[in-house]
Amino acid sequence: MNTWVYIDHFNGQPAPASWEALGLAKTFGAATALVFGQNVEALAKIALEYGADSVLLADDPALAVFSPEAFTSTLAALASDSPPALILFPTTSRTRELAAMLAVDLVTGVLVDVTGLELADGRVIATRPVYEGKLLEKTTCSASPQLVTLRARAFPKPTPEAGRAGEIKKVSAQAGGAAVIEGFVAGEQGVSLTDAGVVVSAGRGVSNDPAEGFKLVAELAAVLGGAVGASRAAVDAGYIPYANQIGQTGKVVSPDLYIAAGISGAIQHMSGMRSSKLIVAINKDAEAPIFQAARYGVVGDLFTLVPALTEAFKKKLGK
Amino acid sequence: MKIVVCVKQTPDSEAKLTAQNGQPSWGDAPLVINPFDEYAVEGALQQKEAVDASVTALCIGPEAARDALKHALAMGADEAILVSDPALEELDSAGAARILAAAIQKIGDADLVFFGRQTIDNGTGLVPAQVARVLGWPLLSLVGAMTVEGAEIKVERTIEEGKQIARAKLPAVLSIMQSVGEPRYPSFMGIRKAGKATIPVWTLADLGIAAPAQAVWRAELLNPPAHDSHCEIIKADSPEAIAEALVEKILAEKVL
Ligand SMILES: Cc1cc2nc3c(=O)[nH]c(=O)nc-3n(C[C@H](O)[C@H](O)[C@H](O)COP(=O)(O)OP(=O)(O)OC[C@H]3O[C@@H](n4cnc5c(N)ncnc54)[C@H](O)[C@@H]3O)c2cc1C
Ligand SMILES: Cc1cc2nc3c(=O)[nH]c(=O)nc-3n(C[C@H](O)[C@H](O)[C@H](O)COP(=O)(O)OP(=O)(O)OC[C@H]3O[C@@H](n4cnc5c(N)ncnc54)[C@H](O)[C@@H]3O)c2cc1C
Repeated sequence: MNTWVYIDHFNGQPAPASWEALGLAKTFGAATALVFGQNVEALAKIALEYGADSVLLADDPALAVFSPEAFTSTLAALASDSPPALILFPTTSRTRELAAMLAVDLVTGVLVDVTGLELADGRVIATRPVYEGKLLEKTTCSASPQLVTLRARAFPKPTPEAGRAGEIKKVSAQAGGAAVIEGFVAGEQGVSLTDAGVVVSAGRGVSNDPAEGFKLVAELAAVLGGAVGASRAAVDAGYIPYANQIGQTGKVVSPDLYIAAGISGAIQHMSGMRSSKLIVAINKDAEAPIFQAARYGVVGDLFTLVPALTEAFKKKLGK
Repeated sequence: MKIVVCVKQTPDSEAKLTAQNGQPSWGDAPLVINPFDEYAVEGALQQKEAVDASVTALCIGPEAARDALKHALAMGADEAILVSDPALEELDSAGAARILAAAIQKIGDADLVFFGRQTIDNGTGLVPAQVARVLGWPLLSLVGAMTVEGAEIKVERTIEEGKQIARAKLPAVLSIMQSVGEPRYPSFMGIRKAGKATIPVWTLADLGIAAPAQAVWRAELLNPPAHDSHCEIIKADSPEAIAEALVEKILAEKVL
């Protein structure tokens, strides 16, 4: 089977989960990467290194900025020419729109934010969290192509092979794009929350000294090469930007290690971090619900425990 | 100016969900307006105040979903429409989008259509983009702030990489984020008005369309695997000793 894999990027910076999608596609057979944008030939080469057997490259000024309409029309035209059975996307804000619109154009369905995927006779059975992660469903798509977006970090990332070659086929872009992007203000740089292997979060528990609390949390995250998260209470209080919020109305993360400091563990917070591999909680209240989700817990003051943890990791990891 | 706000009814986010014989069960927890859609209603009401607009709430759902529409009316929406039809047992997001698009066209003259970011039940977040595609109107998703300027709308959107300022011609489709501001509480007057309001029910025949073909199917609904949720509390004499013990435990898990 030849699976198409859409490589999502922002100004040429790939969403790492694109490579995870490519890795999964390779377990099903051959993979064709789709790279759309302007001056993105470098990305096509990286896709080959990550295992793509060929690349369909639409490199065109019409695709300089992501527009769901233009990108959908470009992909729909390709898929009408030689329809694949399956197209995989990493789940991002862009691919949600792209896959959604593509399903309208091609009269098919999308399985969204999938955490498990089995293949039988060319048809997929996807597992995805529903009801804010309180339940799981197995879901299928009865039309073609089957469109599937994959949750970041749910599938292993393949190791790239430097200099790996393959065919890069130039294809034409379709115009479109109903909205004009007039400005952009970059968010805080650093490790992207959804792709982070380690997330250290804090909540209202830092309220005695929010600036110091988040500084301590950032130091711990830095030692672990991780990203900083927060509860909504911390965001609403203005301690940290909304971009860092984890939970139902924020981001969904599934790191290998999630450390929650001064977060009570409300159900809406849990829906954003439940799928983390290992959860560690620091809270001064032994009855806090976060301990029910955690594997390890410490009952105590985050202002002393978090820096102690940073020092202990530094020592152990030789930093 | 006319704004249509699409709202869905969902189980309350505090509800404990279990899968029973393949069906979701939320016990006696209440059904509520999808929390994200409250932000969409709030956004629409802010525009109503800013540019003198009328606000119509629109929902596909069973009879009981009237309550979600009543909530929107009580917050300040002017009218509400329920699309309900026995043929709509299971809809996928594209099917829902085709029906919403038909209803928006029947309402007529909409300048803006507002959506929540996603639902808290099925939660695909696909519907807004699909409605925009069916209608052929511009999509502005993940919007936190907006200003109508003549025949255009200017918005601030939040994406993974930062904030974008975008502009599109009306009519346009928007999905609204929580940064529009906390949804207002229904006023006493609003609740009385909503109680008295008649909410018309439109069937597929009223919309002049057949039930959309379904492409996405649920094969199984499962309870998440019970994790051995015993939490080991690390104790020691000093923060340093606790930290050392905890680091040992974490490294022994070999997740890093
Ligand atoms: C529709 C809806 C959507 C929501 N979406 C989200 C969401 O996306 N994300 C989210 O997080 N929440 C969300 N919430 C809010 C959620 O219900 C909680 O209110 C919120 O998560 C609480 O944040 P918190 O744990 O930081 O604060 P609190 O619940 O106040 O907990 C603070 C904790 O810190 C502990 N603490 C205090 N001082 C210290 C100290 N010095 N050291 C250690 N521990 C200390 C306390 O014991 C307490 O457990 C949502 C709510 C609703 C209704
Ligand atoms: C396999 C399968 C299982 C399903 N399971 C359920 C289920 O358990 N519970 C259930 O209620 N439905 C279920 N449905 C129906 C499905 O949820 C609808 O198609 C839904 O209307 C759109 O999908 P969504 O919830 O992912 O919307 P999203 O795309 O996440 O919603 C985004 C926004 O679209 C608007 N919107 C979405 N749905 C409606 C609506 N019905 N009326 C008005 N506006 C709306 C809201 O503004 C919402 O914030 C299922 C469908 C399938 C195919």
